[in-house]
Amino acid sequence: MNTVTAPAITTTYREALRMALREALQRDPRVFLMGEDVGRYGGTYAVSKGLLEEFGEERIRDTPLSESAFVGAGIGAALNGMLPIVEVMTCNFSLLALDQILNNAATLRHMSGGQFNIPLVIRMATGAGRQLAAQHSHSFEGWYAHIPGIRVVTPATLEDARGMLWTALMDPDPVIMFENALLYNLEGELAADAGAVDIDHAVVRRAGSDLTLVTYGGSLPKTLQAAERLAAQNINAEVIDLRTLRPLDMTTVLDSLAKTHRMVIIDEGWKSGSLAAEIMARVMEQAFYELDAPIERVCSAEVPIPYARHLEQAAIPQVETILAAALRMVK
Amino acid sequence: MTPDPELARKLLHEMVRIRRFEEKSAELYSAGKIRGFLHLYIGEEAVATGVMQALQPEDAVFATYREHGHALARGLSAGAIMAEMYGKVEGCSRGRGGSMHLFDAAAKFYGGNAIVGGGLPLTVGYALAQKMQQRIGLAACFFGEGAIAEGEFHESMNLASLWNVPALFLCENNLYAMGTALERSEADTNLVEKAASYRIAGKSVDGMDVLAVLEAAQQAAQFVRAGNGPYFLEFRTYRFRAHSMFDPELYRSKAEVERWKQRCPIAGFSARAISEEWLTPETITAIEAEVAREIAQAVEFAEAGTWEPVEMLTRNVYTARVQPE
Ligand SMILES: Cc1ncc(C[n+]2csc(CCOP(=O)(O)OP(=O)(O)O)c2C)c(N)n1
Ligand SMILES: [Mg+2]
Repeated sequence: MNTVTAPAITTTYREALRMALREALQRDPRVFLMGEDVGRYGGTYAVSKGLLEEFGEERIRDTPLSESAFVGAGIGAALNGMLPIVEVMTCNFSLLALDQILNNAATLRHMSGGQFNIPLVIRMATGAGRQLAAQHSHSFEGWYAHIPGIRVVTPATLEDARGMLWTALMDPDPVIMFENALLYNLEGELAADAGAVDIDHAVVRRAGSDLTLVTYGGSLPKTLQAAERLAAQNINAEVIDLRTLRPLDMTTVLDSLAKTHRMVIIDEGWKSGSLAAEIMARVMEQAFYELDAPIERVCSAEVPIPYARHLEQAAIPQVETILAAALRMVK
Repeated sequence: MTPDPELARKLLHEMVRIRRFEEKSAELYSAGKIRGFLHLYIGEEAVATGVMQALQPEDAVFATYREHGHALARGLSAGAIMAEMYGKVEGCSRGRGGSMHLFDAAAKFYGGNAIVGGGLPLTVGYALAQKMQQRIGLAACFFGEGAIAEGEFHESMNLASLWNVPALFLCENNLYAMGTALERSEADTNLVEKAASYRIAGKSVDGMDVLAVLEAAQQAAQFVRAGNGPYFLEFRTYRFRAHSMFDPELYRSKAEVERWKQRCPIAGFSARAISEEWLTPETITAIEAEVAREIAQAVEFAEAGTWEPVEMLTRNVYTARVQPE
């Protein structure tokens, strides 16, 4: 736990993101925000609300529905001295810009033999849980984490919502920031002087010794709840928030495993070929003999996210399913 | 165009049906019965109503996430749509799609697409297949003016024209894509000219006038059926409600909305139908009563519907293989 030095303010994940945007815009004239409905509309999730009035149309730039072009334009602007923050409304629509992200943003540095770099941040909402069905509910964090040349961050706390953006902007390479849409209303305390945070390390959000629960993004609150319920049964779970999915901080994960020897990975991506699968594979490679039991994964079911609430809830990780997996493991 | 009383009644009935269905949907959304996003078609009823009147059963329809009106006008039952929005297995997509993904194979209603512009390439391919198999029936695609900024629009226009396929492109220009006004997203706001740049014939139509819509759609459909290739129609219309249920509407003035409401397609047509004596006030009252009954039944049907068992979760991800003997 952080020791809070400055007085704390009560705020939300959404407001913390807005503070980070405001700070970045104030701090560096090269920073600008662009995306669909970031300005007049006030941001689809109201993250950028009020920024147009504060910074004007040049720097809070509404774009037409042209994901490929405006993401590509962000890459071009980054290539030429700016520090763009591109907002793609949800990761589902980022598929229209995937070509630009993968074939340009992720490769230009390498293809040019290191002559160019792309200091770009792409923000996108992700995740299910709002009955938006199969074209608005998917989690592509793991997909993007497959790509060398980009960094993937998943703020899941107010501190990270407040602090990851600036660090990501200062990174000379493209960073994709996933904001789970269910976190926007997350409320809590934040140090009044909270600022940039490191984006290189995973963090232990709850210390424990009986088993390790590894997660990120929207599954963090559920995992912490499951850990609380385990504690009521005298089972002490350690909860790791990966924070950055690429590059992965395996040291923190393996340190925990060396203590607990048991691991459940919670990942809202589809199970097959998931980020959870990657972590499992690395544990096999690097710490096989630390394991006292096979690793379990709580992931999304192999189905496009359905509309009906009971089916959607059954398709994604839940406190109950995390709890069940953890109990199976310690039994 | 002067409609006979039967047609006038039909047009008004369909528009009222859509309006009341949408009003009921908004109410049920507030009551928590419908969830997810809900994009209402209120104000735009004349477009779906007029166009569907010009289509034939052998034609296919591709629509957007604002498609309740299109689905109703295409003949999907109000009950099946309502049950879908409840998430019930009796819904037209078995509860898997919700408001944005209404489908009905029998009606050749191909959804319900929530990716802006997503239906355009499908339409081109569908129309191509019609042509390759020498089938009658065109492919009609509804999309908002916001989709015109997408590469998929331009790529699809070019392909449709290049391959001379029987596709009808129906652009519902309600002036806004969420909060972005057309003139703030298009360097050139002349949409018909954009189609023309791909050598696609087109026309701009008053989308608040159901007769103008019907007439234009009939002519366009005839053009396409005759093998002349695709046709583009722009309908100038307006949504009276928010983009979805969570829209603070900061981007347009109340006065502007009020001005457009003066051009309500239903009030306008009703008044004209009475003054021209196509319909009597009694007929209009009867239509309202009929629609009220239908919608009450649709809600009952949805309420009585069942939840698909959770064990079925991964159903219909793949087609079941027929086991070899
Ligand atoms: C590719 C893609 N980008 C963004 C969105 C989010 N979005 C949904 S509707 C919409 C506005 C579309 O406007 P328009 O095409 O004019 O249709 P209207 O809603 O006005 O009927 C936006 C930006 C989306 N669904 N798909
Ligand atoms: Mg529009």
